[in-house]
Amino acid sequence: MSFLSKERTIAPPGYSRWLIPPAALCVHLCIGEAYAFSVFNLPMTKLLGISQSGPGDWKLTDLGWIFSLAIFFLGVSAALLGRWVEEGGPRKAMFTAALCWAGGFLISAFGVYIHNIWVIYFGYGILGGFGLGIGYISPVSTLIKWFPDRPGMATGMAIMGFGGGAFIASPLSVWLMHNFSTSSHVGVAETFIALGVIYFCFMMVGATIVRVPAPGWKPEGWVAPAQPKKLITTKNVYVYQALKTPQFWLIWWVLCLNVTAGIGVLGQASAMSQEMFPGRVTPVAAAGFVGLMSLFNMAGRFFWASTSDYIGRKNTYFTFFVLGAVLYAFVPYTGKAGSVVLFVCAYAIIFSMYGGGFSTVPAYLRDMFGTRYVGAIHGLLLTAWSMAGIFGPVLVNYIRQWNVEHGVPAAQAYNVTMYVMALLLIVGFVCNFFVKDVDEQHHMTATDEAKHSAASA
Amino acid sequence: MADQQGASGNGLKLTLAWLFVGIPLTWGVIQTCINALLLFK
Repeated sequence: MSFLSKERTIAPPGYSRWLIPPAALCVHLCIGEAYAFSVFNLPMTKLLGISQSGPGDWKLTDLGWIFSLAIFFLGVSAALLGRWVEEGGPRKAMFTAALCWAGGFLISAFGVYIHNIWVIYFGYGILGGFGLGIGYISPVSTLIKWFPDRPGMATGMAIMGFGGGAFIASPLSVWLMHNFSTSSHVGVAETFIALGVIYFCFMMVGATIVRVPAPGWKPEGWVAPAQPKKLITTKNVYVYQALKTPQFWLIWWVLCLNVTAGIGVLGQASAMSQEMFPGRVTPVAAAGFVGLMSLFNMAGRFFWASTSDYIGRKNTYFTFFVLGAVLYAFVPYTGKAGSVVLFVCAYAIIFSMYGGGFSTVPAYLRDMFGTRYVGAIHGLLLTAWSMAGIFGPVLVNYIRQWNVEHGVPAAQAYNVTMYVMALLLIVGFVCNFFVKDVDEQHHMTATDEAKHSAASA
Repeated sequence: MADQQGASGNGLKLTLAWLFVGIPLTWGVIQTCINALLLFK
């Protein structure tokens, strides 16, 4: 279809590059719903019993797999389809993401209707997971090409949308379920259908307005540096060649360790705040704490990625690892001192850096491997996220459990976890320290560039 | 003249595009802030 072809998305003269961030946000705000999927968990345990779980109703453990599958297939699809996204252009990728994401909701609605969990695993988990992965990487390289002067800020804006999507999805889903529910019906299937339709339309707006810059375009008044700066290349590295460089794997570990430290605690934030301050942080207040942390997670994505344009990517990650390690080591003290304010402040900064880790990494990859295949390389790197999604929660849950079983009071059961997280960040610091410029032997030659252009045409 | 028309057209598109994503995001952030305030009550 010509509407989707890369050639049809080349921007005409005078096109404003500031239209690209909202196009990217159209996609990321929708797929960010994944972070809010837990709002469906409880209602989906009562599809048959309605007021409470009845015989044959799904258990929370069954439902937990839906989110896990979606995140797993996010990593898989981003890694497998990164090159296709890069070469096919952002519109085709956004359209495909919209089809997968909305299709996932519609199939899941059918799964709810016939009460078959496997249909939902396939719909939201696998198809939706592909929508997540393709949608997540679809605008990254386009933004970097439009904003060569401020790539961190540009990608930070889009990836901030992924963090912000949950803020919209959570109250919207609750409101839709409330309106669709009756005394004999929970309203989850109708909510899935409504969300599928809304998200498809929203994502298609992004696919329609997105454009790639014309060859040779550069921002007015901006002059590309004649000589490569330290840790910022002017060359390109082919997507699969990047896998052969130590820089790719060092940054893979940088992302994995930064995410592991945050994601495990994020999942336990509500329980942790209540257990560390028994009687002072109620379940309702704990929900507020989780919301506040999500806000800092979102704001950090924009703030830190933008800051990295000025202080450099490597220094930004150094900041995450040093400040993060200090703050994690400080958290047990806040519990001991009984200071909720200090506890909240420490976690606010920690979660801003957790979000910042996600949003700064595309620009870090661009600095290392060039612009041409940055989206595809970013896709491969997202496997670090999938890995961290398993490591982080397991680490936090098992250490806490071990402590409780060995007689440590609940209020102090997270102390060791915090020190382990600080240690992980120190390892991340070491990995980041060893990131140097990519060796010239990995750079694409003019012949390589021409060969791959012809292959993708 | 054509440039002026192009610039004003771009301005309108930019405003609409940013409002399209900005309004739902702001609404979501406000809802979250309201819930978060309960932490300090």
